[in-house]
This record gives sequence, structure tokens and C-alpha cells, in this order.
Amino acid sequence: MPRRDDLTKILVIGSGPIVIGQASEFDYSGVQACKVLREEGYEVVLVNSNPATIMTDPEFADATYVEPITPEYVAKIIDKERPDAVLPTLGGQTGLNVAMDLAAAGVLEEYDVEMIGADSTSIRRAEDRRLFKQVMEEAGIDLPRSTFAYSVEEAHAAALEIGFPVVIRASYVLGGGGSGVVKDPEELAHVAAEGIRLSTIGEVLVEEAISGWKEFELEVMRDHKDNVVIVCPIENLDPMGVHTGDSITVAPAMTLTDVEYQGMRDDAVRVMRAIGVETGGSNVQFAVHPETGRRVVIEMNPRVSRSSALASKATGFPIAKIAAKLAVGYTLDEISNDITKKTPASFEPTIDYVVVKIPRWTFEKFPHADRTLGTQMKSVGEVMAIGRTFVEALQKAFRSLEQDLAGLASGDSPDRPLPDLVAAMSRPVEHRLPILEQALYQGLAPEDATRITGIDPWFVDQIARLAEARRELSSLGSLEAVAADDMRHFKRLGFSDLQLARFLGSDEKRVRAHRHALEVLPTYKTVDTCAAEFEAATPYHYSTYEEEDEIRTSTNPKVLILGSGPNRIGQGIEFDYCCVHAAFALSDAGYETIMLNCNPETVSTDYDTSDRLYFEPLTFEDVMNVIERERPAGVIVQLGGQTPLKLAKPLHEAGVTVLGTSPDAIDRAEDRERFGALLADLSLPHPPNGMARSLAEARAVAASIGYPVLVRPSYVLGGRAMEIVYEESSLEGYMRTAAQVSPSHPVLVDKFLEGAVEVDCDAVFDGTELYIGGVLEHIEEAGIHSGDSACALPPFTLTDDQIAEVIAHTRLLAQGLGVRGLINIQFAVKDEDVYVLEANPRASRTVPFTSKATGVPLAKVASRVMAGATLEELRGEGLVPARSVGHEGLRHVAVKEAVLPFERFRGVDTILGPEMRSTGEVMGIDSNFGLAFAKAERAANVRLPVKGTVFISVANRDKRSVIFPAKRLHDLGFDLVATSGTAQLLKRAGVEVEMAPKVSSDGDGGAKNVIERISDGEIDMIFNTPFGRKARSDGYYIRTAAVNAGVPCITTMSGMAAAVQAIEELVIGEVGVRSLQEHLALSREDRS
Amino acid sequence: MSRPGRAILALEDGTIFSGSSFGAHGTATGEICFNTGMTGYQEVLTDPSYHGQIVSMTSPQIGNTGVNDDDEQSRRPWAAGFIIRDLSRITSSWRATNSLDDYLRRHDVPGLAEIDTRRLTRHLRDRGAMRGTLSSVIANKDELVDIARSSPSMTGLDLAAEVSTRAPYRWTADDVARRRLSGYAAGAEDARASAELLDAMPGPTLRIAAYDFGMKQNILDLLVAGGAEVTVVPADTDAGTILAGPYDGVFLSNGPGDPEPVTYAIDAVRSLLGKRPVFGICLGHQILGLALGAQTYKLPFGHRGANHPVKRLKKDTVEITCQNHGFAVDPKSVDDTAAFVTHVNLNDDTVEGLEVPGVAYSVQYHPESGPGPHDSRYLFSKFRGLIETFEPSDMDLEVNV
Repeated sequence: MPRRDDLTKILVIGSGPIVIGQASEFDYSGVQACKVLREEGYEVVLVNSNPATIMTDPEFADATYVEPITPEYVAKIIDKERPDAVLPTLGGQTGLNVAMDLAAAGVLEEYDVEMIGADSTSIRRAEDRRLFKQVMEEAGIDLPRSTFAYSVEEAHAAALEIGFPVVIRASYVLGGGGSGVVKDPEELAHVAAEGIRLSTIGEVLVEEAISGWKEFELEVMRDHKDNVVIVCPIENLDPMGVHTGDSITVAPAMTLTDVEYQGMRDDAVRVMRAIGVETGGSNVQFAVHPETGRRVVIEMNPRVSRSSALASKATGFPIAKIAAKLAVGYTLDEISNDITKKTPASFEPTIDYVVVKIPRWTFEKFPHADRTLGTQMKSVGEVMAIGRTFVEALQKAFRSLEQDLAGLASGDSPDRPLPDLVAAMSRPVEHRLPILEQALYQGLAPEDATRITGIDPWFVDQIARLAEARRELSSLGSLEAVAADDMRHFKRLGFSDLQLARFLGSDEKRVRAHRHALEVLPTYKTVDTCAAEFEAATPYHYSTYEEEDEIRTSTNPKVLILGSGPNRIGQGIEFDYCCVHAAFALSDAGYETIMLNCNPETVSTDYDTSDRLYFEPLTFEDVMNVIERERPAGVIVQLGGQTPLKLAKPLHEAGVTVLGTSPDAIDRAEDRERFGALLADLSLPHPPNGMARSLAEARAVAASIGYPVLVRPSYVLGGRAMEIVYEESSLEGYMRTAAQVSPSHPVLVDKFLEGAVEVDCDAVFDGTELYIGGVLEHIEEAGIHSGDSACALPPFTLTDDQIAEVIAHTRLLAQGLGVRGLINIQFAVKDEDVYVLEANPRASRTVPFTSKATGVPLAKVASRVMAGATLEELRGEGLVPARSVGHEGLRHVAVKEAVLPFERFRGVDTILGPEMRSTGEVMGIDSNFGLAFAKAERAANVRLPVKGTVFISVANRDKRSVIFPAKRLHDLGFDLVATSGTAQLLKRAGVEVEMAPKVSSDGDGGAKNVIERISDGEIDMIFNTPFGRKARSDGYYIRTAAVNAGVPCITTMSGMAAAVQAIEELVIGEVGVRSLQEHLALSREDRS
Repeated sequence: MSRPGRAILALEDGTIFSGSSFGAHGTATGEICFNTGMTGYQEVLTDPSYHGQIVSMTSPQIGNTGVNDDDEQSRRPWAAGFIIRDLSRITSSWRATNSLDDYLRRHDVPGLAEIDTRRLTRHLRDRGAMRGTLSSVIANKDELVDIARSSPSMTGLDLAAEVSTRAPYRWTADDVARRRLSGYAAGAEDARASAELLDAMPGPTLRIAAYDFGMKQNILDLLVAGGAEVTVVPADTDAGTILAGPYDGVFLSNGPGDPEPVTYAIDAVRSLLGKRPVFGICLGHQILGLALGAQTYKLPFGHRGANHPVKRLKKDTVEITCQNHGFAVDPKSVDDTAAFVTHVNLNDDTVEGLEVPGVAYSVQYHPESGPGPHDSRYLFSKFRGLIETFEPSDMDLEVNV
């Protein structure tokens, strides 16, 4: 049966901000779905609060709602748009949960909206653990033994019955939150309580522990005629016990015979039928006992998932795209295989290479967090690598991680002694495999390695191969001793030039030259879904060292775009968005576009995005290999963030044409001394600063510029180890512990402009003309990392003169640096002065937000400028508006808010600071600042209250400014509670307030202290500004209690002022929804 | 640095692949074919349909789970040689009884590893099936090419006779049970499927005569699981012997090579049609087609893998199938026979199934799997249905030829 004609308008629900467990893979799937539905002639209504997504580009839907993905807001959208159907299976757990809430609330029924893809019955069967268990038992599928519990006591009883250790799993929670393996009653009490709290229905499952079993996942697709195919079997290298999102995974499965695989396949099909997902893709996870082969089903996700994105990238089978087609009535055999064009989608891909995915963690951002991996996902991103063998793919994946690893064994530090290694690998931690390799290198028996780690002997042996190769390398001793056959041997095992250089005492350049002299060059193969049985029409490639190369080169003008690598804190989806825009814009302009990236969770690595896709690590070696093979006219390095940017210099030195702003100009902006000289030349004000190579020097610099100062090591990026110090004693502490200062690692000391307003400006410069994308005013004051700060466009407190000065400074810097393309400048406005903090002649994190808020695609404009077009020409094409400042003439305000992962890292202090810790962002858009901010907060899952009790406790420096917002809240009907100092002040100002005992005073005579009141749900919002960076202060306990209780906790005065404005709007009036297209049209009317 | 011994593959068109040797030391000649299955190398090796062929696996990591006694599709590997990208150094499976390397050495099958198997696949895909020589003994490439060129071509060769049993033997529920008991735990799925078939069809035991053109173990097991007692008969058994025997139905097995030269079996089947219900698989399907008066032809490079989509026309549904054949029934030629096409391959529209209602049916693919998906097991229960409703008729096949 072809397309359903009874549907006209379809609502697609996105997944919202990037959080741990739900990343940009849902942008990839959402984009595919929107494209398919529009191609099929449906009207698409989209809701997604994440402005950094491609799917929220206005051209991907007929109506794009950048609104909070909550039942209330989506109901408003349904009321306004009246869609015929809702497709909830492509927006991750968020999309699924909201759709279920709407169904439960009767909204779908009231508006006659059909749930397509999966209906509420099947979603409930898959999601509700009790029902799941029952359905599986009925279908005759084996499961781990388990019991449900609704209290810690019940959980305890169940655990005794099953026998410790047991696994606690919270029902209806995303990405494994509120779950964990517990070994004793004490651990159980803690985890079960947490799980019951996090579960939306207060339920946990107490389950037989199957830690150590082999883990597999199957991606299943089914159509309404009950045709079922398995897209890909994936094996987890880490045995059960580690969340699959935190496991290294391998495709295809490596350690199953056909009998076992087919049995698993049968079970997967049976699960799909029993759950009743009629159309679309699902993911079924299995555990297999390594000695008996007993196979149990772990879970089933009735939707597109992180694993399905991986399976799509691993095989070339576009699961989301096909799921969308199945949802609107097609059957698998009616859909053609994109890659072969000639064969149908009703087949099972077979692959003739090995795919390895490695998660990317950012524990360095959360120094106090527990680094052991478990059933709760902690990674923020992932890389995927393709090789002809597992070892080759594994080594490529390690060097894709952007952690300066040259491969599995990196050779950058001496191996640790064996006992240390064995201790380190005895629990699952980040990068356990390099530790394993060192242990095997030092003679640990493979059987012992399996016993200690639970990793299958096959994988251990593969690691042993690499350890042996390392021994061969040391026996060769020098680069000159490496003959062509040896070189080929090592390259086929995935060794990078840098790795070989380190083990042969050489350098990367010489290894490369030697390798070229030996004529050992990579070949490129094709990802084609069918192991070459049919000819592939889609050029999706990976490198390997084989005999035949499959690249069909062309003589068209080509541009290579370097992607942004794995998602991590500080480098997220925003940069992928920019790269995708470059591919679109340059393709429209007639260039052949080539994308190089290693992140499977992205739109950039969709084979549809560019003319050619290379799934490769973003290292000098791998990029140069592609350049030598493709010979592009130029390379774009400025759109993918730090990852490609740091290749600018080496590529330039190797004679590669870097498009846009020159590598020298990039260096000039990044090198502190050169940048300082430029600012001096241009007479631009900047905070006084200095560099210190010792504690004494630091003291001297700080004394001369005056406290507070911002200190940071010169060699790290992204606000790592950055701190604001208010007095000499803290400076000393910082220098001793955090900085590890040395003559080669100096520390930068900047005057900290306390209370300054921070401003971002995104612009494009073509050498003559400057287009200001927008000036963004931060809500949190200077000192909070710009990535963690909320900001508004247009600015909401800056004067016209200040904005004009920001623009004038931007122009001077763009000219001074010689920018061709994007530039982002951060300013601090203090009193009457506009200081330049830093300039980034590249895409910034705010480009997607600015583009979306103003309706001008900055990254597209910039990539065209980089390829030689002028803004004037682009204005002629309609890509650039007539106005020269993007935020002028808008009739709406857009607010960007950061989303922080504190729920995942318990015990970590939630104070915002100079080090970025947010994983994603949301946008709120409405007619005024208060409403836009309210929506942004709601989208970031912060529920600003409209009534109830607010607790206030602020630092002395903030006491004066707390009076007005506190009074306003009281006037709006809130009850106020404050600690003694704050309470006394408020009382003197005539504000009614209840005084709460200090945290440290444990309830003299029965009065609850603040922590207890927060935990008991008596507090609806908290304002707490930190008194300094003292660990484990009262403030710390208050903030931690707030996270645990899910109560909004605002830690800056400016944040408080914004929250009060937002609450005011929420209390006063009705909040409406409006699509991006409507907002932009209104502004256009206004201007014309 | 020490390297394993070298081995070379020379194709008849002069193309050379050079890699490392594993398995037996020696020389093998045959038609080179590739199999795209990601699991099941042991089942592939022991499938008699690969007799006379050198098999290249497109999946690169082979040998990981070693070999075991339960998954054998016959008593020995039949492939003349084995080509892979990367050989596992160890075996990792709780069922493994031996390593692949040692198994091939013991059975005198030479292997070639570390070659660009994808290049080989593309070569065969683009230029068609060809003969080749794999050797770890002869280093002279020209000599190897000459050997390949002088080896017999697949077309016109009766290979079924070479793999068939010499004497009839019986396969019963006891045999299946014995196999299951001998550590078939991991085959729980198969056991369950079989048990379901048995449960679904209580009733008198059927007696089936199964022509062995290269019979796979899974077929026998599933026939038995479907409630039959099977007598496996040699490929050249004449119709009279079958008709004289106590058989309720006739099964035609899979097997290697070209069906046309298997004239004695085509003749026998022609005589049996209408007199006994007939079910054929793979070569058996082609022989049925020829007996019905259809024609067969050689495919450019064959179908070998476990992911081929086949449409069951009557139900308009898709089965994912295991395939292994180089020849096929010509769809046009079916029009002039008593049969109609029941299944087609969605990749290339080739004939996948034939049926003469109430008389006989067959499929080109492998519903018994081993290796491959279990989507098509219904074909075994269908056989019981056919037998139970069968009424003898005179089929005047000559008219249609």
C-alpha cells in the first residue's frame, strides 16, 4: 500500500536540547523525517526547542515551533495547527514521553490526532517495565528475573529474594538515570530512593544482575504488512553492567555463530510483534551468558535511538528516513535502497568492514564526579570509525576522540607498572582498552585479562595483536628499518603515522615522507549496504590499506569541509550545524562538497548532506590523505570549532589552501601576545592582563592590575581550569593546585571586570563590507562562561550607543585581523566602557541561535564569502538581507539558555563559573523578554513557579540588589524565606519574609533547616549566590539539595532579575505559541 | 619480522591476489564465488552446494567462533578453498570444539587470508563468475592462471553425483534428538522452532524419500521435526524405486552446480510428478523446473548470502532468505509449463519459487537456513499439507515441453 492520503498535516516532535543520553542523533533522524514527509507532500509542523538543530531551519517544515517540548506547549500547538497525526518516534525519549502525556491527557483524542509510527499501547508495552515483562513472558522470551518496587522497603525485599547484586532500574527515565547495580542493602537504599524519585510514576525494577554477560543490540524495522528486517547486529565490547551509551560498540557482532545470531534475530522479531510496533524502527537489547549461551532480552526502544543512528551510519541504511516512510503507509519493498538505487529497502544490510564506536566523556569538567562507568550513561558524545578489520577501526576511533591519542597505544607517556594497570582495569572506566593494551604488552596473560575485565577473549586477543605489533615496532627500532611490507603491516593494523613516530623515535612528518617513499598509501572503500554485491550510487567512503581504491574523482571545483568531531562540552551540535550549512550553501553555488567527520550522531555525516562523505578521524594524517586523493580547491576549517581549527596551521604549512580567514590571522587572534599587540594597534580597550611563569610573577601581575583577577593556564581551551580569584590567598591556592605553572606553561592573569555585562557579536566580513548577524546580551554577568550563560537577542539593557560601539569595535577587529567569513567577538560592558575580551575568527557557538533568531543563515553566508563571494553579491541572491545588522527591526525577543548536566553528576556544585559545563542549549522566543526567558527556562526543564515559596540567600555583595526582585515576588503572591542576613535586610526594606535557620544549625527545637525544607518539597524556587569558592559551604548543600529535589536554583543576580520578569509574565497572562516562520514574517512586514 | 606463509589466488582472466596461507597447505581449483553472510562460515563450508567452488567471505573477520560439531551441514567441508580478509587467532565460543584454521587443515582445504576480498567481490560482480586457482605451494603466477584456465567449467558439469550419498540411509526423530542432546543448547532456537512444528502437527508420521543432490543437515532435521521419517536416497535413484517404496512424499535437496546435466534426476522427477507430492529446494527446485519443462541459465555471479529479499507473491510479503546458487530458472520458460511462479527475488526479479498446485512446489532459496534467517520455515509445514491433501493425477508433461 502506498502513501496514506487520509493525512494532510503531520506534527513531528523533536528531542530538545542536547543532554547526556540524548544528543544530536535526533536532529539527524528528525531532519530525515521532515525531508521525507515534505517530499511526500505532507504539511509538516515541527516542535523543537533546540535552535542549534538543522531540523529547526525554517525550510525543513511548514511551521517550525521553537517552543518548549512539554505537554502544555505542544497542546497549544495542536490547538493552533490541528494536525491529523503526530509522529513521536523520531524525537528520542522526549518526543515519546510528550506524546504519551498528550495521549493520557486526552488531547490527542480531543483534537482527533492519530499517533503514527508507534501507538500509545505499544509504547506503553515497551516503556512500562511491568507490562514489558508480562508481554515478553507471554511471547515466550527469556528475561532476567525481576520484581517491581515502589518503596525502598519493597526494593529491599525483592533484592533478598533475587539475591545481591541486583540492578535497580527506574521506570520512564531517559538514558538510564536513576539506575545502578547495587551490591548490598546500603547501596540499594540510596539508588532505589533516587530511582523512585526520578521515575515519573515512582517505580523501580529490582532485577537479577547480569553484569559480565555479553551484550548485543539489534536494530529492527517493521512495516504494516508485518515485513521485518534487521538492519544491523551490534556487539558491546564492554560486557553488561556498562550502559550501552557508555560502551564501546562494534558492528557487525563479532562473537556469535549463525545459530546464536539467528536465534537472537528471531527473538527480536518476536519482541517487535509482541510489543506491537507496526511501522518503523526499534532497538532490542540482549544479554548472552558467555558460558551457557542463555539469552535474555534487556529492553526495547520503540523508536529511533542513538543506536539506530549508529546503525544507519554503520551500514548506509537510513533508518529514520525509512521509519518515516513506513509511518505514512509505505511498505519496505515499496521503498528503494538509496545507495544501490536498484534494490529495495526490504533487505538486511551486510557489511564488509568493521565499525567501532567509542563514547566521549568529559570527566575533566566534573572533577568530583564518580568516573566509574555503570548503568547510568555519563558520556556526552561519541566517535565512530570504519576499518576493514576491528583493530584498524579501533585505532582510528581512538584517534578520532580529540583527546590527543595517536591510536590505542598512544606512546605519549611511559607505561605504568603492571599491578597498577591491573588495578585500573578491574572496573569499567574511561579508556580501559589502552590500559589493557599496556597490561598485555607487559605480559599479562589474555585469559587473566578476560577474567579481570569480563571482555570477550576475542576482543582481548585483538588488543593483544596490537600489543605484539608494538613489540615488533620496538624490535625494528628506527624508522629507516621499516620496509614497505612492514609499513603496510602496521598501517593495516590501524597504526597512525604519529603512533609509529612515537614508537620509532621519529616524528609524524618523517614517517609520512618515509611511507610515501615506500608507496604505502591508503585506499578508499565505499559504504554500500551490500558488501559490493551491487554497485553503489552514493559516495560514502572510508580509508583502509588495501589493493583497490574506489574513489571516482572529478574535475569539478571542490571544497572540503572539516567537521567538528565528537560532541563534547564546549564543542557541540552548533558546529555541526555550521558545517552542514556550508555544504548546503556551497552545493547551491555549484561547488562539489566533500565532508570529513567522525561523529555518527550528526547531520553532517548523513550521506545526503554533501556530495561526498569521508567517515574519517580529524587528524592531520587522515585529512591530508583525503586532500591528496581529492585535491580540493580549498578546505574550510573555521566552521567545525576547535577540532578542525587546530589543523589550520599544519595544513597551511603542507601547502593546502585554507579558505576564508588565513591561518595566520587565526593564530593572531588566538595567540595572547599577538592579539594584545593588535588591540593596542587598533586602540581597542581590553581588561588589563599579564602572564606569569611562577607564583611570584602571578602575585606581581595581580597586584599591579588589582583584584579580582581571572586566572587560567595558557595551554588549555574552553575555560578549563579557569578561576576568578578575589584575594592573594586564593591566588596562591590556585597556583599550587590547579595551574601547575612552569616556564613552558605560563598562567594568564586578567583583570576581572566584576558586574560587567557580557556581550557577544557574530558577524561576517568579506574584506570590505561587514554584516552584523546580531549582538547578544548575556543574562549572567561576565565571569560565567559564555556557553553556560543565557543570552538575549536583541540586547535588552544595552543602550544604542553601546551597541554602536560594539559594532564599531567588531568592524575594526574584522579589518585588523583580515577576516574573510565569520567572526565572533566577546565584549564586557562595564560602566561606560566596552572592553574586548576575545575575538574568534571562526564559527561560534551562537551562530545557529543568531541565525534562527534573525532569519539570516550566517554560516551559509560565511561559507560563500570564504569561497570568494561578496556580501553585495549574496544580497543579490537574497541570502543576506538589506539591513546590515541582523537583530534590527525584529518584533520578537529570542533568549538562549544553557542546559546543564548536574542531574548526572551528583555532588558536583552547580555554581556557574568560567568553566563551561553545559551540554546543550534551548531557545525561547516571544514578543518580550520576560516571555522569551520564561519559555527558555521551561524548555531547559526549569519550571519557574507562579506561586509558592521562594528561598533567598545571597552573598553580601548582592544584598543591595536583591531587595527589588524579592519585593516584586512578594507582590506577585510568593512567600519568601531567607537566611538571617538576607532576611534582616529584606525586613528593613519592608518586605515580609520568614527567617530560616542556617544549614549548619541542625534544627534547634524541631524547626526544619533549609535543606530539609527543600527536600520535603516546601520550596518552589531558590536564589542563592555563592559566597566564594569554598567547597562544602552552606551554599553548596543548598544547591545540591535543589538539584536532588528538582527545584530551580538561580545562582546569579542577573539571572534572578530575569527570572522575576519571566514569572511576572507567567502570572499575569496567557502564554501563546507562534512558529518561527510567523515571527520572521511579522518582522519582515514591519521592516517593509 | 616473521610472516605467515604466502598463498596466491590466480583467476582465469589473469588477475592475481596475493596473501597469506592458512588451513591446509596445497592447491585448489574451482569457480570463485563470494558469500555476503556476516555469520555462518562453518555452515557455508560444509554445505555440499559449494562443492567445486572456492568461497570468499565478504565479511572480514572470520574464524572468531571457531567450529563446532553441531553446526555442520554435512560431514565435511565441501568448498575447495576458502578466502577471507582476516583470520581469528583464537576461538571464542562456548560451543567451539576446534579452530577454523585447524579444521581446514585437517580436511585438506587450503585457505587464503589478508587479501582485498572486496576487490575480488567487485571483480566478480563486474566481470562475472570465473575459475581460479588458490595455492600455497605454487608460486608461479602464470602456472596458476593456466591451471585455472584448464579446469572444468561449472556449466554442464554434474557435481550432484559427486556429493550424493552412495547408499540410502534413514534419518528419524531419534537421530535429531541425538544431535540435539549432544550439546545443542545454543541451538535452542532451532530446537524451539522444531518443537513448535511438531506440536503444531501431531498426527501420523510421514515417510519421505529425500533425493540427496548435496543435502544439508538442517533440511533433514526440519523434515523430521515436521513429523517425517526420512529416507535419504542417492541422486541417481530411479522413479520406479521410489514408487515401489513406502513413501508419502518426495523431497529434492539442494546441491552444487548446473542442474541440466543431472538428467537422470530430471527424468526421475518427471516420472514422479502427479504420483507423489514433491518439494524441492535450490538445485532440487531447478531440477523440478526442468522436469516441468522450464529452462535454467547461469547467473552472472550468483546469489550467495543471507540477506536476499524474496517476495511471496500470494501474500505480498517479504522474506529475508539465505541463498546459494549460480543457476536459476528462466521466468519466461515457466509460462509454458504447468507451474506458476510463487516467489521472486526483489533484488533482480529472478524466480525464487514454483508451484504446481496440489502436485509440487519448490523454492530457489534455503528455507532451512543454516546459515541464515528463519523467515521461511512455513515451507516445511506446507509439505505436510500437500501430502495430506494429495490426490494422484496424470501429468502430461510432454505436451508442455
